Amino acid sequence: MSFLQILWFVLIGVLFAGFFFLDGFDFGVGMATRSLAHNEEERTQIIETIGPVWDGNEVWLITAGGAMFASFPYWYATLFSGYYLILLVILVGLIIRGVSFEFRAADDPKKQHLWSTTLALGSLLVPFFLGVMFVSMIQGMPIDAQGNMHASFFDYFNWLSLVGGVALVLLTYLHGLNYIALKTVGAIRERARNYAEFLYWILYAGLVVFALLLFFNTDFFAVHPLGTSVTVLAIVFFAILGHVATFKGNEMLAFISSGLTMVALVAMIFIGMFPRVMISSISSKFDLLIQNSSSTSYTLTVMTIATVCLLPFILAYTIWAYWIFRKRIALPVIQTAEVK
Amino acid sequence: MDIVDLARFQFAMTTVYHFFFVPFSIGTAFVVAILETIYVRTNNEAYKKLAKFWGNIFLLSFAVGVVTGLIQEFQFGMNWSDYSRFMGDIFGAPLALEALLSFFIESTFIGLWVFTWDRAKKGLHLFFIWMTCFGTLTSALWILSANSFMQHPVGYAIKGGRAEMVDFFALLKNPQLWFEYGHVILAALTMGGIILAGLTAFQLLKKDVSKGAKDLYKRSMRLGLWMSLIFSLGTVLLGDLQMKYLIHEQPMKFAATEAVYKTTGDQAPWTVVGIADTKNHTVKYNIDIPVMLSVLSYNKTTGAVKGMDEINKEMKEKYGTEIDGTKMDYIPPVNTLFWSFRVMAGFGAWIILVSSVSLWMLRKKKETLYEKRWMLWVLALTTFTPFIANTAGWFITEFGRYPWTVYGLFTIQQSISSNVSATSLLISNIVYFVLFTTLAIVMIRLVVRQLQKDPTELQESQFAQKFLDPFDKGAF
Repeated sequence: MSFLQILWFVLIGVLFAGFFFLDGFDFGVGMATRSLAHNEEERTQIIETIGPVWDGNEVWLITAGGAMFASFPYWYATLFSGYYLILLVILVGLIIRGVSFEFRAADDPKKQHLWSTTLALGSLLVPFFLGVMFVSMIQGMPIDAQGNMHASFFDYFNWLSLVGGVALVLLTYLHGLNYIALKTVGAIRERARNYAEFLYWILYAGLVVFALLLFFNTDFFAVHPLGTSVTVLAIVFFAILGHVATFKGNEMLAFISSGLTMVALVAMIFIGMFPRVMISSISSKFDLLIQNSSSTSYTLTVMTIATVCLLPFILAYTIWAYWIFRKRIALPVIQTAEVK
Repeated sequence: MDIVDLARFQFAMTTVYHFFFVPFSIGTAFVVAILETIYVRTNNEAYKKLAKFWGNIFLLSFAVGVVTGLIQEFQFGMNWSDYSRFMGDIFGAPLALEALLSFFIESTFIGLWVFTWDRAKKGLHLFFIWMTCFGTLTSALWILSANSFMQHPVGYAIKGGRAEMVDFFALLKNPQLWFEYGHVILAALTMGGIILAGLTAFQLLKKDVSKGAKDLYKRSMRLGLWMSLIFSLGTVLLGDLQMKYLIHEQPMKFAATEAVYKTTGDQAPWTVVGIADTKNHTVKYNIDIPVMLSVLSYNKTTGAVKGMDEINKEMKEKYGTEIDGTKMDYIPPVNTLFWSFRVMAGFGAWIILVSSVSLWMLRKKKETLYEKRWMLWVLALTTFTPFIANTAGWFITEFGRYPWTVYGLFTIQQSISSNVSATSLLISNIVYFVLFTTLAIVMIRLVVRQLQKDPTELQESQFAQKFLDPFDKGAF
């Protein structure tokens, strides 16, 4: 393994972590349109908290996919063809969520509820199936000598992967609630906090189950006992920190904590996988390794230079955009001038 | 159908559909940016209203363009995993750079643009839309550099069963790229102009247009027509250069586009229309113009054009009659290429004709266009032509690549995901088809709804919100 190969393995992890931290709350807010908001005015209010930024947040996922293609083409090929139907559902979720924002804004006010529903549905499907995908991946999948995966239904859907899917839904939802509490005023802010206070208790139960299944169904504790333990503890720590912050009404801390819970989850997956990128359940000989599934060092060098040059700008204007939209959002004023 | 057919169908369907919205949004982004620039420079409120009015249509096309683009990135891994393994070292980099350089810019600045009307300073708000335009331009550059590599591989070495990048800048210096890029961008700008003029014509055909609105529409009409005239001329010019380049780089594609089976004499006749008999390698029902093909190919009255039969023979010698156990025939689908070219070029000429005639009818002394309802109808119906022409153009480029995914290096048969079942592919095809149909219906309905509004009455801000103090008490 060269330095560049490890760097890009870490960078892919960073991109996914960034995606869950940022787009995570977009999914949460999306789900909240059908579960937290009581009417279309409140829905407009919470959708507007993510309106200007969700699209940029989604680019973290696109970049993660593109970077995986560029730096670990064998990983990309095995993962994407192996998880064919699951990725299809994820795509459908991303598509109906993505158009819902614009369609809702452009459509008849009477039809807004339809686009709130598609927004919520898309925002539910994506984290659930991403959770199923990543968590089934770490248990090992039937990958043959050619690197092709021939998985059956129960390889994708088993207790651990289902718990993983539900946990990710719950985490993004909590992250979204914390974001709503941070970014709004009025009744919905209080409600978001109350929901979060309660849901954390369910999350704890889910995390205990998840940790147990992780111990029995993966080799993470055996291969990386220290790294896995530390990251699992970090997940629990940030969950509790977020919960306490919610109780205390420290909305910023609660939001950052729920984001870091997911970052710790991604870190756990990537540390546990190392030095593999895909685990074969048929034979460890067929595991895809960082070493043998990456691009050439020339390509990795090109990508590193480009990333080093571009990332500061991306971070700068992203932060600038968040700064411009830093204000809290109130209920929309009654729109009298809806043009006929 | 086997998995190769299903995967090819899916690639065609998803890229064609995606490319309805790509030039649509690039073109209308520039329309909106130009309108807003005029507003900022002249302080004429009319242009601000127009920028907002057409901006809403731009946003709809952008949204559908973005989500259908997601499928493209996933598709290479899902349906074409062996292609991804073979090409990832080269092909992945432009895709990742497109995300890093272009998608972040587009998505961030479009968010800023939409939500800061009447809040940000005028110049800053204008900067947002131009940054979005910049993002679309660089995005097209990266994705076309990837496509150009597939058409004309450069800067690589084959090692260990895959293509490895040896010179990144060769990707950008690929001559194929600059013909393709120029042609695509100019076509997108033409489309922006045609959509602006055509939809404006629809508006003017309505019975109850207010006087204020009519004044605004006349301004849109002029801009739209000038854009479509200038950029369509550019598109045709670049297309011509591209064809002349193809004669040498991909003679097979060129010969198929002109349905030339047998190598011609020194004065090649040009088949205007005809139907290729793909079994007997002849062309039936053809109307020929003598010498014209030599003129089109080489700008002079002499010059032979190599026929498909001869090129096929040469390619069989060069690449073999069999690759990985599949018998190879290097002749692409001739009728598809032949007719796509005629449709594309025909609509290109049509757009030039219609915009020139309309502009003539708008000349200072005799502004007669607005009284001639038939001409407005012609313009209105012309709105749909660039969609067909663009699709036809990609048909030539992509079907002409047959039977290769990467020209001369890797075939379509070799590229497939062998572990994906036909059932999975069938399911995804159906899902995409249903989804695309639904999106198209909604999209058309919402564009019509937007057009029912009166641009003079658009409210001050779409998001008329009173924002509160930043992070007021309790935020931290």
